[in-house]
Amino acid sequence: MKTRPPAPATLGRQPCCTPAQACDGGLTPFPAGSQAAGSCCAPAPGPCSCGDGDLSGLPQADCSADTPCCGGPPPPAASSWERPGYAVCPFVLDFLSIPADPGANPTANPVPRIATRLGWRDHLGTVLTRCGIGRNSYAVAPGLYALGRPDPDSPVLVTANSKLTFDALRRDMDGQSAWLLVLDTRGVNVWCAAGKQLFSTREVALRVLSTGLARVVRHRTLILPQLSATGVKARDLRRACGFSAEFGPVRSADLPAFLKSGNEAEPAMRRVTFTLAERLVLVPVEIYLLKKPLAWGLAAIVLLAGFGSWGFSWAALMQRGVNASLALAAGVLAGCALVPALLPWLPGRAFALKGVAAGGLAAVAVLGLWWGRAGLGEGMGLLCLLLTVASYTGMNFTGSTPYTSPSGVEKEMRRAMPFQAAGLILAIIFWLASAFAAS
Amino acid sequence: METFRYLPGVTTLALDSEACVGCGLCTTVCPQGVLELREGLAVLIDRDACMECGACALNCPSGALTVTPGVGCAAYIIQTWLKGRGVKTSGCC
Repeated sequence: MKTRPPAPATLGRQPCCTPAQACDGGLTPFPAGSQAAGSCCAPAPGPCSCGDGDLSGLPQADCSADTPCCGGPPPPAASSWERPGYAVCPFVLDFLSIPADPGANPTANPVPRIATRLGWRDHLGTVLTRCGIGRNSYAVAPGLYALGRPDPDSPVLVTANSKLTFDALRRDMDGQSAWLLVLDTRGVNVWCAAGKQLFSTREVALRVLSTGLARVVRHRTLILPQLSATGVKARDLRRACGFSAEFGPVRSADLPAFLKSGNEAEPAMRRVTFTLAERLVLVPVEIYLLKKPLAWGLAAIVLLAGFGSWGFSWAALMQRGVNASLALAAGVLAGCALVPALLPWLPGRAFALKGVAAGGLAAVAVLGLWWGRAGLGEGMGLLCLLLTVASYTGMNFTGSTPYTSPSGVEKEMRRAMPFQAAGLILAIIFWLASAFAAS
Repeated sequence: METFRYLPGVTTLALDSEACVGCGLCTTVCPQGVLELREGLAVLIDRDACMECGACALNCPSGALTVTPGVGCAAYIIQTWLKGRGVKTSGCC
């Protein structure tokens, strides 16, 4: 992710070499004996420019806006938080310095304090990721983050390092103060990461230990997202890292209410939902994930559409190729878009059947385009292709729903796939026969 | 989620009531409301709503709950048929 450091004015809440000042925001005091003993604020990191050397008398660049300069005034100087090879993410407001070890350099372990309002980069990233672009690398660095003005008694929320998850959590926690322990789930969301054993007991314990969380907070409780329970055995955490775990609500939007009520979740907070918006947001990725089979299907259509009893014809390639491509596209849209959109209203419980029903709707929509352009045999082939593709892609949507069981999906597949295979064979026979039987 | 129901009678979820210690953690972690605590013990109140995520069984301290968890994704299941269980897959979830 390309990042830009924030304006220096927002960084390091004390200027370099300023003596310890009174705490604000209830930050962790540095222990006696450490370099910043008596301070609880964020001193400038690294060696101080006015430490051992003497810069007095050396001229400083005048970069004020009214100074004549070729090419306009230069941008602000590098912030004191920048490091060679690193970049400060745009969602970072500033850093809190947490002493990892008494006596250690207090600036060695700064905790980024993150914004709760999303910027245009975040929204753009969300849209692109939802469309599958950069989906596998849209992640934030794992570790400890600060939300608001957390103190040693603030709650610790554990989450995945998917940027979509991270953004949703910080947006929903606007106005709250908490520590955010972000795990390395390889950019995968909480529930899927738990299912893949990426959001696991071991990963939680590892991250607690590697961030020195025990020296940041006084309590010993982690709040895990409820859906991480698929991968985290909560009772093993105390032994593994010294922290016990409580399961928070399913949705991050319910976290403020959960925290306000003393970590009590209403029954509705513990149930997954599958609203129209939650279903529709999945549509672009459903289609994106079919890119390989779609490419193979289109390649086959282009290769075969021009051939028939006439030999090879560019006109046939165009007409039959467009018709077949339309059938393929309509089938994919039926299974990947109509099934999610119309899920509660499509007949049956099996998704393969729902896909056929959605394919029927799509067929009615494209019938006008085929009318007069395709004969009966070709039309039958196209209809078989459309319904088969809609049935399979509709069935494949089970992987994105929060209520289908793998046992059920396997049972459904064993019943539906013979029909889908027959449908595909019939589609090929009708489509090719219509070309080679033509006089 | 009561508006959405999947195939009945397929889940591998099983509860051994005699082993239940009544901690209630299964009712906390289940996102489908499959279990409820009644008279200090867990009971299955909506077994067919189970999606076999495995959260209850993993967090049950007494082993009273068992389930075969997995991924309910057609592309994944086809790969397990072709290559066997436990294969590394991509594109799922």
